[in-house]
Amino acid sequence: MPEVPLVKDVRRSSVECRTPPLRQFSLPSLLLHRSPHTLRAFCTEQNVQECLSHINQEVSSLGLPPVWSELDSSSELNNVSVLNCMYDLIQLHHRSLRTLENMEVEQIKLSSNVDYLKLTTGHLKEQLELSKRENTGLLERERQLQLKVKSLQNCLKNEKEEVQKLQSIISSRASQYNHDMKRKEREFNKLKERLNQLLADKKERKQAIDVLNNMGRADGKRSLWKTEKTKAKHEGEMYKTLLCDYDSRQRELVLENAELKKVLHQMKKEIAATLRLRKLSLKGEKPDLGGTQAASEEEEEEMFDSSKESVELNCVHAREKLTNSIRLQWRKLKSHVERLDSQVFLTQAGESTNGDAVPRETHEEEMERLKLEIQQCKDFIQTQQQLLQQQLSSPCDEDAATLLNDGYMLQEKVRLRDEWKILEEQRKIFEKERKNFTEAAIRLSHERKIFEEDRATWLKHQFLTDETKVSSLLAPEKLIDCHLDAASSTPDVSLTSPSVADLQHKLSLIPENRSTKPKRQSEDTNDLCGNDHLQDKQWTDSEDLSSHSLTQEKNCTI
Amino acid sequence: MNFSEVFKQSNQLCKVSPNGKYLATCVQYRLVVRDVSTLQILQLYTCLDQISHMEWSSDSLFVLCAMYKRGLVQVWSLEQPDWHCKIDEGSIGLVSSRWSPDGRHILNTTEFHLRVTVWSLRTKAVSYIKYPKACQKGIDFSRDGCYLALAERRDCKDYISVFVCDDWHLLRHFETETQDLAGLEWSPNGCVLAVWDSCLEYKVLLYSLDGRLLSTYSAYEWSLGVKTVSWSPSSQFLAIGSYDEKVRILNHITWRKIVQFEHPATIDNTKATVYKEVERRPAVPSDELLLHNITMGSTLFNTQSKYEICELPVQIPLVKPEPDRANPKIGVSVLAFSSDSRYLATKNDNMATAVWVWDVQKMSLEAVLEQTSAVRCFQWDPQHPRLALCTGNSKLYLWSPGGCVSVQVPAEGGFQVQSLMWHCSGNSLILLGKEQLCLCYMETEQEEQ
Repeated sequence: MPEVPLVKDVRRSSVECRTPPLRQFSLPSLLLHRSPHTLRAFCTEQNVQECLSHINQEVSSLGLPPVWSELDSSSELNNVSVLNCMYDLIQLHHRSLRTLENMEVEQIKLSSNVDYLKLTTGHLKEQLELSKRENTGLLERERQLQLKVKSLQNCLKNEKEEVQKLQSIISSRASQYNHDMKRKEREFNKLKERLNQLLADKKERKQAIDVLNNMGRADGKRSLWKTEKTKAKHEGEMYKTLLCDYDSRQRELVLENAELKKVLHQMKKEIAATLRLRKLSLKGEKPDLGGTQAASEEEEEEMFDSSKESVELNCVHAREKLTNSIRLQWRKLKSHVERLDSQVFLTQAGESTNGDAVPRETHEEEMERLKLEIQQCKDFIQTQQQLLQQQLSSPCDEDAATLLNDGYMLQEKVRLRDEWKILEEQRKIFEKERKNFTEAAIRLSHERKIFEEDRATWLKHQFLTDETKVSSLLAPEKLIDCHLDAASSTPDVSLTSPSVADLQHKLSLIPENRSTKPKRQSEDTNDLCGNDHLQDKQWTDSEDLSSHSLTQEKNCTI
Repeated sequence: MNFSEVFKQSNQLCKVSPNGKYLATCVQYRLVVRDVSTLQILQLYTCLDQISHMEWSSDSLFVLCAMYKRGLVQVWSLEQPDWHCKIDEGSIGLVSSRWSPDGRHILNTTEFHLRVTVWSLRTKAVSYIKYPKACQKGIDFSRDGCYLALAERRDCKDYISVFVCDDWHLLRHFETETQDLAGLEWSPNGCVLAVWDSCLEYKVLLYSLDGRLLSTYSAYEWSLGVKTVSWSPSSQFLAIGSYDEKVRILNHITWRKIVQFEHPATIDNTKATVYKEVERRPAVPSDELLLHNITMGSTLFNTQSKYEICELPVQIPLVKPEPDRANPKIGVSVLAFSSDSRYLATKNDNMATAVWVWDVQKMSLEAVLEQTSAVRCFQWDPQHPRLALCTGNSKLYLWSPGGCVSVQVPAEGGFQVQSLMWHCSGNSLILLGKEQLCLCYMETEQEEQ
């Protein structure tokens, strides 16, 4: 059937272009849809009318005149219209193919355009990047050049300043040179004038000295001739002065050196000591122990060396060793202190690590120990105080001691009482004797008065009897002397009045003695035994004297 | 403090004898010798011309009077006023004259520095030393009086000759490495000779007594160099003052610089005390007071002044010197060590009103004294650490570590103190005015501030 290939084509193209209208059909038409080989399924002898109407619909929808109209009663198809329709369809198809081709071509063109554009954009981006980089590079170079310009400007300024300074220096030097030159020229001119003057001058005033008399040397020595010996002596003296100066300076420096060395030694010892202490307190820091151990070994070595060092005062080696060891130890100490500082900082910050706990613990331990010590001391003090209180307050706590004390007290009391008694007795005796003596004194004074009166009468008598004798003034005195010699106890005979005065003195003294003695006795009663003997002796003496005087008076009266 | 009455003097010639008993002054052509304690005239001598220079001999027995114009030197004896001695240099002229340390020789430098004539007063003998150099300080005796160092210039080269003063025997003669020797000075212990170059080159050379070069010191090149040099009394330090306003101190062991003292215009950041002299102008007087003042000798013109301690930072007034003048007034020109070597007083020429006192032990600034006018003269007490200074007005200023005091010199008609010198015992000061002199006796120290 000729319709079949056409239908096949239609089907194929309709499969490609449109699918939706075929869904209206029943299943078998859908199955037909799948492959062009099952074409016959669309139109069978049963559904010709349906196919016709469907085709009509389709054709009319495409805008072509209808193939079949229901008005025709014949079931046969109008071949012309069908052919026309087919022709139209073919034309449509060609057209669509053509448009398809065109569109494909267009699409290809567009895609190539797109590719091309992509390529160009890629290229342009790269170019943009490149140019950006170049720009930054150029900016950088510009900046560097500006810096260079600035530095060069600075250099220029400096150079200008230096040039100015040098110019000022040159100008000052030039002015100095000019000044000096002018001065020299002036002097030269003066010299020339003077030379002219001297050449012109007829008489030349010579130099002369006019001294009244030659003076001696200031130090009085005689002056010496200038000889080789004196020259050598001068040289010697000069070198001596220099040597003395160097000597003194060297001594000063040696002293200074010794002091400084001492200070260094001390420093070393102290640093070593502090390091050792630190080592003991910080046991947790093991890595350092090794270091400190080494250091301690070194220190011990150096301890031995220090004795040598004191001997080798000028040895450079020893000095270097000393300074190096001090430097080392100082560095250690410094690092140690830094570590401690950092630790302290950490503890302050609040972090607790193993390293931190150790010092705190030791610190607390120390605190505890100290507190304990304080407590102990306090207790000790308290007990001591208590004991002291006991000692002072109640002595009857210890019976034996108190008994002893009482015994001692009683003994003393008894002794004192006895002595008091003795003293009382003595006082009474003294009172009695005082009374006696006062009575004696009164008697004596009476007797003395009588004696005086007697003497006066006797003198008068003598004077009257010796009036006839032509006597010098001395005679009565002599006589008086002779008479009184016997009376006087003292050997000096020169004058009457002294002997009488002596006598009087003695007489007057004795009652005074007597009167003073009781007083003294009363003062002495407070003293314990010892003074009694003395006082007795005094009494005996006074008694002797008084008896003696009484006998004298007795003699005189005769 | 007691002030004596005012006496006349001329030419600032006034010297105390080395034994401290006598004071010699020159009045025109007369030489007046007084007793220091009573100020009574002991001797009066008349010279042949106006005296240009006067010097005591070391044993205080003779006085040298030099008259440069006439080329004469007259020597007077204190013990024998009739004794006379006259040295006439003749046509060769006289530029300077001095005693030798033994007091029996006189060294005259002739005009144009042609030669140095050594006159012996013992033997009337004459010796000549040729080619002495005319410079700032070309001749120096060692302190113990044994040696004389003389700078010479022969064939455009500098030499130094060391003579033994005993018999003027030439001990050493050596060339120095200087371009143009400006001065030389013995160290107080007599073992080292410091030699410095002219200001065109900073160079200080140290020679040992036997002529060996011990060390050279040069702080910088090209700029103007050394202005003044001073030894410390203990010979431990050598202070060098230069035109760059700095003082450099060298130590006697290594002859290297140990410290550098600067004189900045703004004093800041130091522990030093800055004393500023403040003048109190008297109140305007009424008519009665004016008359009264005039009759009293016009204290109207004497302004009271006292020292005030200033807070740091302090600005010291500067005077910039003229750039084209030679020997510009800039740099440290005066250095003085105290007698115990403890302090160093310096003066910077472009800050002429200030005196700087440095503590040598601490190597730092101790005090700065700022006066109202330019400081003319300052000197340390030979016995105590006390500095006396004057600025040309009628006041005397004293500084000691305890403080600073300003004393008015009570004199009629105004006494302008131009210079001063201490008595060797440190008990009195001699103040010299233009034509007058006055003694100031220190009894009790009144210290203010």
